[in-house]
Amino acid sequence: MCTYNTENIAITGSGKGANGWFSLSDATVYFDHPVHAMAEHTLNIDFRNPAGGPSARVAVELTAESARALAAAIEAALASVPAALVS
Amino acid sequence: MSEELTAQTIRITGFGGDEVEAYLGVPGDGAASRGSVVVIHHMPGYDTWSKEVVRKFAANGYAALMPNLYFREAPGASPDDAAATARANGGVPDGRLVGDVAGAADYLRALPGSNGKVGVIGYCSGGRQSFLAACSLQLDAAVDCYGACIVNAPPEGMPLKVEPIVDLAPNLSCPLLGLFGADDRYPAPEETAKLSAVLDGLGKPHEFRTYDGAGHAFFAVDRPAYRPEAATDGWQKIWDFYGRYLTS
Repeated sequence: MCTYNTENIAITGSGKGANGWFSLSDATVYFDHPVHAMAEHTLNIDFRNPAGGPSARVAVELTAESARALAAAIEAALASVPAALVS
Repeated sequence: MSEELTAQTIRITGFGGDEVEAYLGVPGDGAASRGSVVVIHHMPGYDTWSKEVVRKFAANGYAALMPNLYFREAPGASPDDAAATARANGGVPDGRLVGDVAGAADYLRALPGSNGKVGVIGYCSGGRQSFLAACSLQLDAAVDCYGACIVNAPPEGMPLKVEPIVDLAPNLSCPLLGLFGADDRYPAPEETAKLSAVLDGLGKPHEFRTYDGAGHAFFAVDRPAYRPEAATDGWQKIWDFYGRYLTS
């Protein structure tokens, strides 16, 4: 099915796409059909900079298990450093 | 059937007079008269599989034309980047879709050899859009492949700016073929049954088939959702349906 559900957030950082590094301003997160991953549904993240055009995008398609592991790893990495560094 | 064809990227005039990229397939069989089909691509966009669908229609004797519904947001972008941009922007407005299909239908009717009959087919989000086009334009046959949000409201939190359009059913201008998967949730069999009941009540000719063991996107040969038995039977139903309404 197409779940259609999408989370959009504003982000600050950089990503590396087909044309090199660029600044990121948005992330779109959704669980839906992937373009490339051989699974019926994946957790998809588009790191984007709409001001740079449609190809200013870094895309990942992760299985649900991988996505949860990634989210936990991100939290663990942030928790492992002094709070002053990540405030 | 010679299965000879030519295919090319062209520009057509779409909604609001906009120039829109489109993919055209024309049979090379030399037939003096033929029907035509507007292909509405799925939510992943104007991609390789969708272009294969256009060529499949051309190989089977129909001129087929698919507008790139994401062309305005992402001209020249790769299909996946364009689809991501369109998704983030809320999808394709209904009025723009109707205008683009109207432009494609006009182009097809003006082609040499056209018999004046034009059908429409859409997949996924394009299934809803196929119904929308058939309720908004004078067409000759419509196919809805697993289109959701025709009867039911979109799921909570869905960013696409679409609303149920079953209220348009009295305006349905042509017979409708619906091909669905029993395991699909959008649209679930309950939703397509409601649509069938509405069309029954209005006396609108329609033929619905729901395949056991198939879910959403069972026609997509490049995806794990592909179900050969359902897709093969579905294509046969499409040829039979268009054969009756577009070529006779």
